[in-house]
Amino acid sequence: MALPKVLGIETEYGIVVRGGGESNPVTASSLLINAYVGELERERKAGPKVGWDFEDEQPGNDARGASGPSSPPAVETHLVNAVLTNGARYYVDHAHPEISTPECADARAVVVFDRAAEEIVKRSIVAANRLLPEGQELVVHKNNSDGKGNSYGCHENYLMARSTPFGRIVTHASPHFITRQIFTGSGKVGSEAPGVSAAEVPYQLTQRADFFEAEVGLETTLKRPIINTRDEPHADAQKYRRLHVITGDANCSETATFLKVGTTAFVLSMIEDEALPKVFTFRSGVAAMRQVSYDLTLRAPLELIDGSTITAMDLQWELLDRSKKWADQHGLDAVGGDVGAQVLLEWETVLSGLERDPMDLADRLDWVAKYRLLDGYRERHGLGWEDQRLAGLALQYHDMRPERSLADRVGLRRLTNDDEVHRAMTDPPTDTRAYFRGTCLKRWADQVVAANWDSIVFDIGQSSLRRVPMMEPLRGTRAGVGTVLDESADPAELLARLNG
Amino acid sequence: MAEREQKRKAAPARETEEVVDAPATSETGEKLKADIDDLLDEIDEVLETNAEDFVRSYVQKGGQ
Repeated sequence: MALPKVLGIETEYGIVVRGGGESNPVTASSLLINAYVGELERERKAGPKVGWDFEDEQPGNDARGASGPSSPPAVETHLVNAVLTNGARYYVDHAHPEISTPECADARAVVVFDRAAEEIVKRSIVAANRLLPEGQELVVHKNNSDGKGNSYGCHENYLMARSTPFGRIVTHASPHFITRQIFTGSGKVGSEAPGVSAAEVPYQLTQRADFFEAEVGLETTLKRPIINTRDEPHADAQKYRRLHVITGDANCSETATFLKVGTTAFVLSMIEDEALPKVFTFRSGVAAMRQVSYDLTLRAPLELIDGSTITAMDLQWELLDRSKKWADQHGLDAVGGDVGAQVLLEWETVLSGLERDPMDLADRLDWVAKYRLLDGYRERHGLGWEDQRLAGLALQYHDMRPERSLADRVGLRRLTNDDEVHRAMTDPPTDTRAYFRGTCLKRWADQVVAANWDSIVFDIGQSSLRRVPMMEPLRGTRAGVGTVLDESADPAELLARLNG
Repeated sequence: MAEREQKRKAAPARETEEVVDAPATSETGEKLKADIDDLLDEIDEVLETNAEDFVRSYVQKGGQ
């Protein structure tokens, strides 16, 4: 039986200081996050902020085992790194501000917490701008490339069974990552792949496809692979792995985020249950990744290793058909219950729309909404696709400033409402261990020394600090520990009750 | 592939959906087009000042 797909996403935002000449992105990112955290501290008049605990971070571990080629990513512990009361992590990664959502139990919750992350960024911008000299402001984009060959990611994480052979994941997840681009893309003007001209690719589906150079690998910042082998479960390593997916775009459309993580949860569950009898191995996964992204007709034949071909549309129809059959047999528990049923409906609606006329999905998919906007502007002003004004519009689509954002103005459907998003800025999900982390931080920030995904460290005034391990992503929920948390007056009592 | 195509087209659920859904969605398509036209009418008020310079000088450090 497939494991419940506990999941979350981490988004690196683009950042510049406008009006500040040459800006240092690390300083700008730190300012952004510190301004927000500082504002929260002043509001609650609390002590020092809770830092991230790096004790168990091993991003260099390779899912293929010790034989995998290794270039362990460095963890920059000196930079800002905060844990929020909603269970999220807000930090500087490389030269970008990054927010990881808390662990979520279904795709809809991911959308809610991703939206909450955007709101946190917007509030951070306002707070940071108060600290900047007159005439300067922070500009933050939810995008994945600067149009000049530099990319930064929006990664997904899914809980999987350790017993599922990694090779099987590579075989069956790769075709999904390559073909799901038809609805996950955020759209991009031109190409940043070496040797591909704007004339060949005036507009493509995704921001990220240009940057994948390998099929499988450990790296995330160079020679990016379609399947990332980082083996850092942040949970009981005997039972679990965390599949770290780096191919996706950051989406402004809620439907796109919902489908990106929702369909992937189905595919990974089917991999665990061996419910995918057909194997689709591309002759070149890297070439197929770009081919799909460059093909606005969605009907390009993609070459398989056995000499046959398949289109991205047909592969997605096949995965949807399999998912429905799998759900009939196994139920929807692993993919969020009713939310899983909603994923199937939305998946079918979107594939039907793409088949009929992609432009009908301008209220659902980023690449369509952006294309429609740019193409309309282009026609009005008689511009070519390479015109800088279109590049400007395309960038501004992702702008996080409410007065500038174009994504906010193209009529994208909402799946969430403002109230739940506002709550999710401070309240954790109730149905994963994020509930325990977030609630402890909310109530006892002064006695939480550090926290990370799988543990939380308290100072209860004794000679040694007390670490509470959280190796089970589905323990520490409100149903499980809500009463104990509610009834404990302080962390000392909480620890006594948890141990008793 | 031809076989998969046939099987898919024969699936009753999708046939029904296409028939029911098609008119509604093209209306949606018209409305979406009108929305974009409205946005384009007033886009100059929203556009970043010196948008062309801004995008030209927009450079990020590579990340993950």
